[in-house]
Amino acid sequence: MSARAIRRRILSGAMTGLVGLLCAAAVLPLVLIFADLLHKGATSIDWNFFVRTPVPIGQTGGGVAHAIVGSAIIVGTACLIGLPLGIGAGIYLAEYGTGRLGWTVRFVADVLNGTPSIVIGILAWTWFVRPVGHFSALAGSVALAMLMVPMVARTTEEMVRLVPHSLREAALALGYPRWRTSLQVVVRTAVAGIVTGALVAVARIAGETAPLLFTALGNLNFSLSLGHPMQALPLQIFTYATGPFEEWHRLAWASALVLMALVLLLSTAARWATRQRYGTR
Amino acid sequence: MSVPLPTFHNRGDRVYRATLTGLAALLPLLLVVVGAELAVRAWPSIQRFGFGFLWTGRWDPVAEVYGAGPLIFGTLVSSLVALLLAVPLALGVAIFLTEFAPKWLRQPVAFLVELLAAVPSVVYGVWGIFVLIPFLRGHVVPGLKAVLGWSPFFSGVFYGNSMLAGGIILAIMIVPYIAAVSREVLLAVPGSQREAALGLGATRWEAVWSAVLPYGRAGIIGAVMLGLGRALGETMAVTMVIGNRHDISASLLQPGYTMAAALANEFSEATTGMYLAALFEVGLVLFVITVTVNALARLLVWRVARGGSAGSRAL
Amino acid sequence: MAPADAPARLATQRLTALFDRTVAVREISLLFPANTVTAIIGPSGCGKSTFLRCLNRMHELSEGGWVTGRVLLDDVDIYGGTVDPVAVRRRIGMVFQRPTPFPTMSIHDNVAAGLRVNGRLPGSALTAAVERALRQAALWDEVHDRLNSSALALSGGQQQRLCIARALAPQPEVLLLDEPTGSLDPAGTQRIEELCHDLKRRYTIVIVTHNLQQAARVSDYTAFFYLGKLVEVGRTAELFTKPAREETEAYLTGRFG
Repeated sequence: MSARAIRRRILSGAMTGLVGLLCAAAVLPLVLIFADLLHKGATSIDWNFFVRTPVPIGQTGGGVAHAIVGSAIIVGTACLIGLPLGIGAGIYLAEYGTGRLGWTVRFVADVLNGTPSIVIGILAWTWFVRPVGHFSALAGSVALAMLMVPMVARTTEEMVRLVPHSLREAALALGYPRWRTSLQVVVRTAVAGIVTGALVAVARIAGETAPLLFTALGNLNFSLSLGHPMQALPLQIFTYATGPFEEWHRLAWASALVLMALVLLLSTAARWATRQRYGTR
Repeated sequence: MSVPLPTFHNRGDRVYRATLTGLAALLPLLLVVVGAELAVRAWPSIQRFGFGFLWTGRWDPVAEVYGAGPLIFGTLVSSLVALLLAVPLALGVAIFLTEFAPKWLRQPVAFLVELLAAVPSVVYGVWGIFVLIPFLRGHVVPGLKAVLGWSPFFSGVFYGNSMLAGGIILAIMIVPYIAAVSREVLLAVPGSQREAALGLGATRWEAVWSAVLPYGRAGIIGAVMLGLGRALGETMAVTMVIGNRHDISASLLQPGYTMAAALANEFSEATTGMYLAALFEVGLVLFVITVTVNALARLLVWRVARGGSAGSRAL
Repeated sequence: MAPADAPARLATQRLTALFDRTVAVREISLLFPANTVTAIIGPSGCGKSTFLRCLNRMHELSEGGWVTGRVLLDDVDIYGGTVDPVAVRRRIGMVFQRPTPFPTMSIHDNVAAGLRVNGRLPGSALTAAVERALRQAALWDEVHDRLNSSALALSGGQQQRLCIARALAPQPEVLLLDEPTGSLDPAGTQRIEELCHDLKRRYTIVIVTHNLQQAARVSDYTAFFYLGKLVEVGRTAELFTKPAREETEAYLTGRFG
């Protein structure tokens, strides 16, 4: 082999190594973050952490029960608003979206997906807090729903598109009208995938802080009322982490661990749901 | 009798289609309404400060003078730093996963990279405050100052909260977005390109460099722009580590500010109408920039990757 | 024209099918006598499937698809101005080349699908109809004990018979088969061919097939299509042994196709 050929092979090997190294470096922060979350957060987690609300400065033993419940309520309400809209838009894109409106909606959905959530947050404040004169969990839910709709629309479209055309034809040939074909055969077949997309979107909005800053605001106390400020886990983490007290910092790590575990659970559930698609019943 | 037939006369079909169309049409409506509302709310500030708002640096709520220069500067610089760090890493991931990785390694690594996107911003912020910044202060900045302290980019005292920390955190956060879309772009490159190069005697790296990458160039640029779009709008992690100071400095070791961080910090403190209008104007500028970047990015990606669905997964 | 020694259940009069401005089949006039099997043969691209899809108004669901001419089901034009295509498809059933059971439904629900879309049937009538359809499709013995299990657990041949049962359950008058054995193995193919013999006692069948031997085995009449036109039609035995047209003979002897 000529010297030139040897040089080229060495270069190829070196570049392969470099690329592998870069990949490892990209993944490294994730490993570090998880390790730190466990190391710094796990020790603070006990039963109290989940069932108690915060205690005054100086005392120990408080918990984030109000934030966990608050997150559940705010995210749940956001789903009630955002999922029907998003899934409906997604089905439209898959079934009827070949024309100009379809192209526009698809493009806008992608653009909205990249819009900063803080901008959505201040708009939710303008529309749902300012006119009413006070902050509310509902305003927070609406803000999160606005984030959710374009996400869910695109994933739903993708999943419905995957249903083979032959299934549609078989239903039509049986005498199904187009709308029943779409709903009872096509969408029904795509349900597992649609649920996956929804779960992924839920995992995303569960971790969002910015849209809640000026809508749900946060609350030191336990609240179940949609019309009043409510605490959410990400807000709690932000307050604790940026506060001056060491105790708060400890709680910030613990809350972050809980939030991360929750997001992980939802994401894994989403992936597991897709594993059972199309005939692997 | 010889009439082209309508595709449906069924009332059920009409109602179904109309309902779905209505739901879908809400999306463009939302985009328009968002832009319009921002413009309307920002109008008092636009009128008062004109174009100077974009580059003057004085932000004084007491005197009611507002200039978003440092905010725009900080947004662009932190995003630029983030891209400089993230693009090599993300491309490394994409190329490694599509071209070089053994089969058993692909799924786990891809999963880990996707997980990076699932970590909430505020969790990155916590890690940034309590782990990254002390690490920078103790182990990285002394080295940087020793080697590059003479340059204006690394001058001044490092207290922790800084443009550097902001850029690094942003880089970690945008890597998965750039990597995922780049990967789809590379996967869309026909195998024949690769094979043709290998058939001519190229090494594996040469095949990638000369045949695959050029083919996917437009899509990769689109992927990078998508990452940029994310970086521009990222709020929580940035505001927790960047220092939040209305200041323009060449040094990365100094605190800075971004548009998104300013909104997060100051919106609830805006007591007067003009203060609020100024913040809305900041929001408007941020919105316009991110929409433009994202629109361009999507156009580039759609042209190259498969079927217009690349990057549509809710990352 | 086709022979008419039995009343025609289905007939086409100068049927032309188009995709936008392109003609796919031109001026086809055919009779399908009741309770017979008619095979439609011809080389790929000659318009057989397009023609078949006109018979149950599926053609217009394709991009740019439209027709001129008439299709008469018991002397009523199914393309008439007031006719609902969905109603037509409930009286003319279709089975496709690849089996397409609904993946989210059980065997029972698959067969019942065509019935449920027509309106509510009391439970007992529904069960009876499902059993009848499965027996007619020669599938009952194999699945009667697992009607609630997933349709995807069946073999390819069984799934295709399931699709036939599904098409038969609403008791259509005509059954259209578009290369129904195209994706099956020889055993599965044979079972479906046997089925055709049994089914024609109750239904009028039109079958599109690539397989000349299958057409010879299964059909009473055969129509030969070429380049979108009907070239020749006649009793199967006569067409295969003494074709009247040169193109027919060339196709049958394998000189093209």
